[in-house]
Amino acid sequence: MTSSTQNTSSAAWLARVTPVAIMATLVAMAVSIPLTHAFAAPGDPGVIATLLRWTPVIATGFGLNLIMSFVAVILGTASGALLGIAQISTIGWVRKSAFLFTEFFRNAPTLVLLFFCMFLLPFEITIGDTTIPFPPWMKAVVGLALSKMAYVSEIVRGGLQSIPSTQWEAAEALGFSRWDTLWRIIIPQCVKRMLPPWMNTYAILIMSTPLASVLGVHEGLTMTRGAISAEGRPEMLAPFYLYLLAMFFIYTYPISLWTIRLERRYAVQG
Amino acid sequence: MWLAIEEWFRWLYDAAGINLTIFYDEYDRSRFLRGVRLTFELSLACIVASVIIGLVGAWLQGSRFRVTNALVRGYVALFRNTPPIVQLFFFFFVLGGIFTFQTDSGTWRLSNFAWAIISLSFYYGSFNIEIFRASVEAVPRATVQAAEALGYTRLKAYIYVVLPLAFRFSIPSLGNNLVSLVKATSLAYAIAVPEVLYVSAEIWSDQLNVPEMMWTLLIFYVGIVGLMVYGLRKLERRLEIPGYSIGRAG
Amino acid sequence: MKGQLMPESPSAPIVSLRDVRKSFGSLLVLDGVSLDVAQGEVACIIGPSGSGKSTILRCINALVPIDSGSITVEGQEVNRPDLDKLALRRKVGMVFQQYNLFPHRTALQNVMMAPIHVLKQDRKTVEERARALIAKVRLEGKEDAYPGELSGGQQQRVAIARSLAMNPQVMLFDEVTAALDPETVKEVLVTIRELAEDGMTCIIVTHEMGFARELARNIYFIDKGVIVEHGPPATLFANPRHERTRAFLDQIL
Repeated sequence: MTSSTQNTSSAAWLARVTPVAIMATLVAMAVSIPLTHAFAAPGDPGVIATLLRWTPVIATGFGLNLIMSFVAVILGTASGALLGIAQISTIGWVRKSAFLFTEFFRNAPTLVLLFFCMFLLPFEITIGDTTIPFPPWMKAVVGLALSKMAYVSEIVRGGLQSIPSTQWEAAEALGFSRWDTLWRIIIPQCVKRMLPPWMNTYAILIMSTPLASVLGVHEGLTMTRGAISAEGRPEMLAPFYLYLLAMFFIYTYPISLWTIRLERRYAVQG
Repeated sequence: MWLAIEEWFRWLYDAAGINLTIFYDEYDRSRFLRGVRLTFELSLACIVASVIIGLVGAWLQGSRFRVTNALVRGYVALFRNTPPIVQLFFFFFVLGGIFTFQTDSGTWRLSNFAWAIISLSFYYGSFNIEIFRASVEAVPRATVQAAEALGYTRLKAYIYVVLPLAFRFSIPSLGNNLVSLVKATSLAYAIAVPEVLYVSAEIWSDQLNVPEMMWTLLIFYVGIVGLMVYGLRKLERRLEIPGYSIGRAG
Repeated sequence: MKGQLMPESPSAPIVSLRDVRKSFGSLLVLDGVSLDVAQGEVACIIGPSGSGKSTILRCINALVPIDSGSITVEGQEVNRPDLDKLALRRKVGMVFQQYNLFPHRTALQNVMMAPIHVLKQDRKTVEERARALIAKVRLEGKEDAYPGELSGGQQQRVAIARSLAMNPQVMLFDEVTAALDPETVKEVLVTIRELAEDGMTCIIVTHEMGFARELARNIYFIDKGVIVEHGPPATLFANPRHERTRAFLDQIL
């Protein structure tokens, strides 16, 4: 009883927050326009016009952020799931190494992992006769995926361990092998429960993609800063940054809402 | 004894090509240690500030005024759904540019160190607001009612019954958040704060020992986080109430 | 047939335990347990909690390995490193106190899962047999219900049907009515009795003394990991020979 009212209250306040938050963003942007005009030199094009002129460039950069997040989430989830399963393995060395691996990549800051990948991964890979170039954004993806992998590993391990051992026992008594039990009985039961935290880690992932800017990848933040320096107008600083923030907000906020809705749904059934 | 260690690392370089100048070179070592110290200072300041923001925000959110309520929730939604590094740039370049004053002795602006603290504290503070709110809500209503039935006023019940329980509930999530915060101090690199990542980058561009410094960095962070997690777990265990778990409703 | 003290079957017992010992860490749970169950016999194990009753069952179908001693099922030694676990689990079915149905599958699917995935049998034959088993435990019409929609007693009967789908020779019941409301206990006991009357070998750990008295050929009283006394219900309940047995029965009856 209490938990469902708690969850509806969190969904309800989010529903109330949406208009407030969106209004806050718009207000911030709107307020910065007259401020900008106050500092603008006469003859300069307006704020909106400038933003629109630079939109293709910035949006393309933002698109790279999105692509990096998609690739990283696929790589990270796949490797993380395997790692999570390995963490509950009955074979001692498998379990211990999976644990160490997970802890190592969980405890390393994402920026440091990005540096790691940038510097220490080769700039092209030669397999047999073919040489595949390994562009910087792909190296960034690997770094991001490593971080995601560690989070997913923990989520999967937690999910698997939340299924009572009696299920394992019943399956074993019926003759199921450990692998079969895992895939047919345990995982189907906990996939839904793992979805909201997984989506949370995706949100964290998309918001770490601009870190690649520090390493020179031409994504949204790099493009925004490039636009700012190209324009050379200090009063455009706020609008440009707010513009980029707004792009991320508009993409990420619906995902947050959806995540909370899923959390509520699976908690009640729980 | 220190000389012996230095000698060993010099030997390591000659023998295996592993160049850990921070161990045998005076200048690099002092740089590195200053970076480590700055990381600690950043972390500490941010932890304190973000917890304060979290407490204040959670308290404001519980207030009766719809305006403060909505403002806090708006703040949380904005900060949680935008990238922290972009926020950092916004704080430093935009707000830093705005809050620049010409004084008699020259231009005054907040240092990049200060802006790093402000930015990270606001970002992680927004998560703390949510954590504190949820842990207060996790205290079963029945417990509060029992306290009131015994004669506690709302305020006293809050202080003596709700807060101690809420604090225990919050430790896992709060701990996780603070660990993320410590890791995120590395973002200050982007605005040239000489914390340990920045300093290591300086060292490796001078000494061309990228892999060694990278591994040192990784081990450093893994070590720090490991210590924090260990400390948090001990704290949880010390505060544990036998037989009481947040999973079972009282 | 039921009046003998030491049942001597013409053929070898289908399940046989000899001097089985098992410790969990420093806790000695089974301290030299020996018993024989003949084919078609119903054996009931009774005793206080912590006496090791459930552990015996789990050792018989190799869910728990034993430290020393021997367990044979149909002449095959269970306590072997190269045991064919699948073959054993085909012969020995187990029903648990907490039913342990798979919550993400309907009742029918629960019953069908093991024969299809473990025995790799053909789906149509398995389905036919599953429906027959569900009818046998008197749950016709509930095939497409999920465990969450069934009462405890209904879930337990599905669990019995699920174990029967593997066509076992021996069925182990681990306090299967302990978690049920008194009203639903009866329906499960009736199901078990019908199984026994059909000739299934049953080893039942239970607190239901009336049930044990009516159905069992032999009752084994176990306390602190040792079988203190055993015999047909008539003699055991009426004239327990040991003090501990007497004390336990006084508490229960």
